[in-house]
Amino acid sequence: MSLLEIRDLKVNYGGIEALKGIDFAVEEGEIVTLIGANGAGKSTTLKSISGLVKASGGEIWYDGEKISGIDPQKVVAKGISLVPEGRRVFPNLTVRENLRIGAYLSKDSSAVEADFEKVYALFPRLKERHWQSAGTLSGGEQQMLAVGRGLMARPKILMMDEPSLGLAPLLVKDIFRTIKEINETGVTILLIEQNANAALKIAHRGYVMVTGNITLSGSGSDLLNDASVREAYLGTSAG
Amino acid sequence: MKKDFSKATRLILSLMAMVGIFFLLFWLEGQKSQYGMLISVMQKGVILSIAAVSMNLLTGFTGLFSLGQAGFMAIGAYVTGILTIPVDRVDSVYYVNGMSEGLKSFKETLAVLPSPVLVALALIAGGLVAAIFAGLVGIPVLRLKSDYLAIATLGFAEIIRAVIASPQLDKITNGSYGIKAIPGFDLGNGRGMLLIPFGVAFLCIGLIVLLIKSSYGRAFKAIREDDIAAEAMGIGLFKHKQLSFIISSFFTAISGGLLAMFMRSIESRAFQIILTYDILLIVVIGGIGSITGSVVGAFLVTFAKEWWLRFFDTPLTINGVQIPLLRQGFRMVVFSVLLMAIVLFYRKGLLGNTEFSWYGFLTWPSRFFKRKKPVSATPGEGGAGDE
Repeated sequence: MSLLEIRDLKVNYGGIEALKGIDFAVEEGEIVTLIGANGAGKSTTLKSISGLVKASGGEIWYDGEKISGIDPQKVVAKGISLVPEGRRVFPNLTVRENLRIGAYLSKDSSAVEADFEKVYALFPRLKERHWQSAGTLSGGEQQMLAVGRGLMARPKILMMDEPSLGLAPLLVKDIFRTIKEINETGVTILLIEQNANAALKIAHRGYVMVTGNITLSGSGSDLLNDASVREAYLGTSAG
Repeated sequence: MKKDFSKATRLILSLMAMVGIFFLLFWLEGQKSQYGMLISVMQKGVILSIAAVSMNLLTGFTGLFSLGQAGFMAIGAYVTGILTIPVDRVDSVYYVNGMSEGLKSFKETLAVLPSPVLVALALIAGGLVAAIFAGLVGIPVLRLKSDYLAIATLGFAEIIRAVIASPQLDKITNGSYGIKAIPGFDLGNGRGMLLIPFGVAFLCIGLIVLLIKSSYGRAFKAIREDDIAAEAMGIGLFKHKQLSFIISSFFTAISGGLLAMFMRSIESRAFQIILTYDILLIVVIGGIGSITGSVVGAFLVTFAKEWWLRFFDTPLTINGVQIPLLRQGFRMVVFSVLLMAIVLFYRKGLLGNTEFSWYGFLTWPSRFFKRKKPVSATPGEGGAGDE
């Protein structure tokens, strides 16, 4: 059985169908990416998995239980954590406080302390700046913080919504390298990206979304070489 | 790393300050006749500081802008007042309609308690009643945001005031006649007029500080900063907003109860919207999101309004020439100008969102005089460039 399975998921925003019934699955240990243009329903998919948006139909199964319709807190407690789009760090709180809030549901302070060290090892820059308020960090550092904050909840699945948004090309490379590193420590990753090229390169599998539907799926390298994907999302014609 | 003293140094300094304040209060209490004005202004300041810190918990730390303070203070004041009026004075206070029999016999059973215990219970009871109201009101109201929440809570406070003054409650709240003969701060030996309100304030503010430093406090701040991200981190929005609202109302009502004991006689008109504005003013002057700022603001505003500026209210004649403008009410004009000046020069309040620190306090004079001028290139016109 898959770790995360989405069955015929539908979401409406006041009469507009954002998701028209999608099916996909994420296996344990994978990096899975959803690619697609603006408005394809990628973010909505992640929000409905984390419970922030209520689905109007379909089911979400995680680790053998149905999790569609439960509260966001319970989703986080079960081990699915979301790095929201646009970073959304807490600007007036320090880096350390931001990370501590990521571990909000964990009551075991020695485990939290160990997680701090793990995050700091992954992002030494955050350790240097741990007392600074998050609003004073650069865009790239804020993205590191957002990812670190997501990891503090000890997720089995880390969902990332456009982690490369608004970052310089060099930083984008760093972020993708870090995503791979995180995956190698055993965290399953569900990644949404506009930067389809970079996302498909690190992903084991990918799904292509078009206006609320999944139109194509396959391994990362297959999609990367697929003529229609190349034309539509990678900006290069086949050949 | 931020500069600060070691933990032990800070603790010793704080303990010394606390002991110093205790003896100062103790000494002042003994000089009642000489320092009457100072004592009464300090009482009012410390009472309002509890309400201001409670409001800051809600507005500054949870990001919920509520204007219901006066309503919760009224609840606290009336519950405390009704429970603490001496039984033998009840008939003379409720001389028009009488007190309801059930309430009176309940008070007679309570009368066996020693008066400090009764006062403590009355204050807590006021807090609990306010907390219950906050819990009920919070269910619909906390789903609103910013301005809408402020208007809804403002409406609630006015409803409370109207209900208290309504003839239907004559036998409980004495309707529009108000409650008199509320015992003041007294430990039984003529002492306590400062130690009681300061002690209660220390306890209340201490509890709020502990709350803010706990994981609940972190959740409150996360909600203030970004509620969507907070929810994605697993923080239950409604639960935490409700908790903050209830706790804030509890302590606001305790402040109201102390205010009733300070004023000795209360009526519903004392709890109009203007009281909420006073507290809001203190919070803004002190700094939204700063506990110590609210305490400093409470004393500063109360001292200025009630005492320091009294000078402007008395007509003054020098050499037979009457100085213009100095007359009854001019004090409030000066007060308003001062407020504008503070808001202009300290846009985020006196302490912003930082807290008092011994390091900052003790090194302030030296930093003030050594304040670095902006590094400017050699004086003169743009000649000193790279070339």
